[in-house]
Amino acid sequence: MSNTNEKFLVGIFDDEDILLHGVEGIREKGVKIHEVYTPFPVHGLDEVLGYKRSRLPIAAFLFGMTGTILALTMQIWMLGFDWPMIIGGKNFVSLPPFIPVTFELTVLLSALGMVGTFFIVSDMKPYKTPRQFDLRSTDDKHVMAVDLASNQLSKEEISRILKENGASEVNEKNF
Amino acid sequence: MVADEQYVFKASSKKNLTILFVAGLVLFVIGVFMAMNAGDGHGGGHASAEVTKTLVASTEPAAVAEGGGEEHHGSPLWLKRVYTSLWHNNIFFTGLGIIGLFFVAIQYAAQAGWSAPIKRVPLAIGHWIPIAGVLTLVIWLVANGDLFHWTHHDLYDKTSVDTYDKILDAKSSYFFWLSEPGGFPTFYILRMVVFFSVWYWFFTVIKKKMLAEDIEGGTSNWYGARKWAAIFLVFFGYSSSVAAWDWVMSIDPHWFSTMFGWYVFASWWVAGLAMITLVVAHLKYEGYLKMVNANHLHDLGKFVFAFSIFWTYIWFSQFMLIYYANIPEETVYFLQRIKNAPYSWIFYTNLILNFVLPFLLLMTRDAKRHMSMLKVVCPIVILGHWLDFYNMITPGVMQYNGSLGLLEIGLALIFLAGFLYVSLNALSKVPLVAKNHPMMAESLNHHI
Repeated sequence: MSNTNEKFLVGIFDDEDILLHGVEGIREKGVKIHEVYTPFPVHGLDEVLGYKRSRLPIAAFLFGMTGTILALTMQIWMLGFDWPMIIGGKNFVSLPPFIPVTFELTVLLSALGMVGTFFIVSDMKPYKTPRQFDLRSTDDKHVMAVDLASNQLSKEEISRILKENGASEVNEKNF
Repeated sequence: MVADEQYVFKASSKKNLTILFVAGLVLFVIGVFMAMNAGDGHGGGHASAEVTKTLVASTEPAAVAEGGGEEHHGSPLWLKRVYTSLWHNNIFFTGLGIIGLFFVAIQYAAQAGWSAPIKRVPLAIGHWIPIAGVLTLVIWLVANGDLFHWTHHDLYDKTSVDTYDKILDAKSSYFFWLSEPGGFPTFYILRMVVFFSVWYWFFTVIKKKMLAEDIEGGTSNWYGARKWAAIFLVFFGYSSSVAAWDWVMSIDPHWFSTMFGWYVFASWWVAGLAMITLVVAHLKYEGYLKMVNANHLHDLGKFVFAFSIFWTYIWFSQFMLIYYANIPEETVYFLQRIKNAPYSWIFYTNLILNFVLPFLLLMTRDAKRHMSMLKVVCPIVILGHWLDFYNMITPGVMQYNGSLGLLEIGLALIFLAGFLYVSLNALSKVPLVAKNHPMMAESLNHHI
């Protein structure tokens, strides 16, 4: 939204090797990097940016467990108590035929839950216009955004540090 | 690029294996004496036996002859138990050996780079193949009458009304092609000999290429190994399935399952993966394999994790169809295993050791990357699949007199000591890490 008036410095990098070394150098100088956008996955970027491992697997496990429990209670309740039916001469509550449904619901909930969690964590809401720091990040440039509000250093100083560490150009961007 | 490494099969390791062997031998001998003296002590077993026997009899006339006939002219119970256990351990360790070669072949066919520094371990394990071949043939020739009901000649004798078995007679050409039904099973033995010979031949060819690469360098040996590995995989796909029918499923000759080839393969494969992982982790612990880091362990851990689930999938697919269709001649297989001790507790333990524990313990990324967890899970999986094979083989031979005691544990330790001795001895004969592997640099930089 425009009324927040956030000011960013945007560094453009031509090459992923320059970017990786640049990120290291820039963080050493004490500049806090908001985010880096690359046209393709750059191996090792997470480490140099100091990102912690995603906790998505934990979410996946919890969603999966929800699916397992949901599937089992649903089937046991439906076929055992609410509307018992004799199928193939088996007991009303017999575990083996419940397993395929349980498996599918586990996988389904864990997959949908992961996608949903990912959207929420990545702040990708419907009708939200994504921030574009530089359109060339979808083509052949690596784009680094530095939030001026969260940095103590002055705009000129940060701009100098970015250029010293391999940025081919540094632009300003306000939202 | 890579420091030369040579595994030394130290005297202390040999001593430990000898202790393991002797301990196994002592347990085995005690177990045999106990079994010989406990001849009549299974009154309780008979009662439940009668129940299931009636069940079998009502659905399948031939099975009555099987249950009744065998006890009269078979070996004494304790000797049968020894034979069963020998066959069980032999088939299990045969699987571990052949999986060594299968793992190497998969790595070549998939053009995998990550595994370059550890491929000598499965290769060393593959040295068990020729020994397994000789053992299988010898044990079969000694014990076939007790292990395999279908070898009895009176089953195929149309004039003998009491013993003639229409079902087995219809299947007889599968065993006896080229000879008289009930005689020497030429076709069966031919398959056994051919499978082991061809596996061993592929093993020597691929091993030769791998070792030649150390000296010659270049990529031609790698391409050669890949070609033979791919051809081996095609052959193994068929032969492992047929081997499973021959050596395991034909113990229950009236029963059949179309999943069985896969089931035995899955059990072999995941046990073999656990064994490879365990040996790699142990070598790493002893200070060898400096190139191997958490990323390589992660891949091995993923293999054990994924194929534990694969095995469970196969297990369930086989179980559920039989459970749901409820056709008596099929369900008898599982009834026998669910209603009688010790098969019943092994039946459930099997699922806990081979699915629940590996699934939960190896689920997180950290668990797969740390040797301490792999060293807990891999022995569990190996033990689990040993029990899995116990339940595939023993009930068909021992019927209601099966037991799991010192005899079986002792023999397992003897086999384990022999297997590890052969593998580690082979490992010490060649450089531990390939010297000119074209993908070594990729493996050094492997990162997941």
